[in-house]
Amino acid sequence: MSTIHRVALTAALAVVASGCVTINIYFPAAAAEKAADRIIDEVWQERERAAKPAPAPAQGGTQ
Amino acid sequence: MIPSRFFHVLFAVLLLGLVSVVSAQGNLDVDTPAIGALKKSMQQRHSELVPLYDSGAVGFARDGTVKLRDASAVPLPQRGRANTLIAAENDDRAALYREIARANGHPEWESDIRSTFAQRFIDRAKAGWWVETQGGWKSK
Repeated sequence: MSTIHRVALTAALAVVASGCVTINIYFPAAAAEKAADRIIDEVWQERERAAKPAPAPAQGGTQ
Repeated sequence: MIPSRFFHVLFAVLLLGLVSVVSAQGNLDVDTPAIGALKKSMQQRHSELVPLYDSGAVGFARDGTVKLRDASAVPLPQRGRANTLIAAENDDRAALYREIARANGHPEWESDIRSTFAQRFIDRAKAGWWVETQGGWKSK
């Protein structure tokens, strides 16, 4: 019984420890993409909107 | 009885671990003063870079920088200014990638962050802008 517990505890610790290691070394690709998009939005958006009010006039302009 | 309680605890620990993994995956911190200053600087420069993107003089490279790919598209008197803009933009981008990695406690992520940005810049480049692909430069 106590041996089983010790084995189970060791296994549990191993899982938790490997989880911690994963958190520390794994590059969060999806989060990085989100961050990149947010920053590109901020760097580009204002100017794009200010410089290109083109879509609306283009619709009105086609006769 | 004891095993059942033990497995409840084990389950709780695993669940907690899962939650922390999920939250670690959720977001990167990009709200530091240094990153804010870099964004502002890039934002102010962007309006001057757009004509260079539009003309194809400057394109988005695979390494997360901007590159002068066709100097002849820039009138001679403006080439100096174009080179200054490109150098300043690339300095800001390099600092941005480095800062994001550092702000999140993983300086070693810098090159991953750089390639993520490179891909997003290329994916999001407007029609007519030039991007570097595996097969060379292409106009979108």
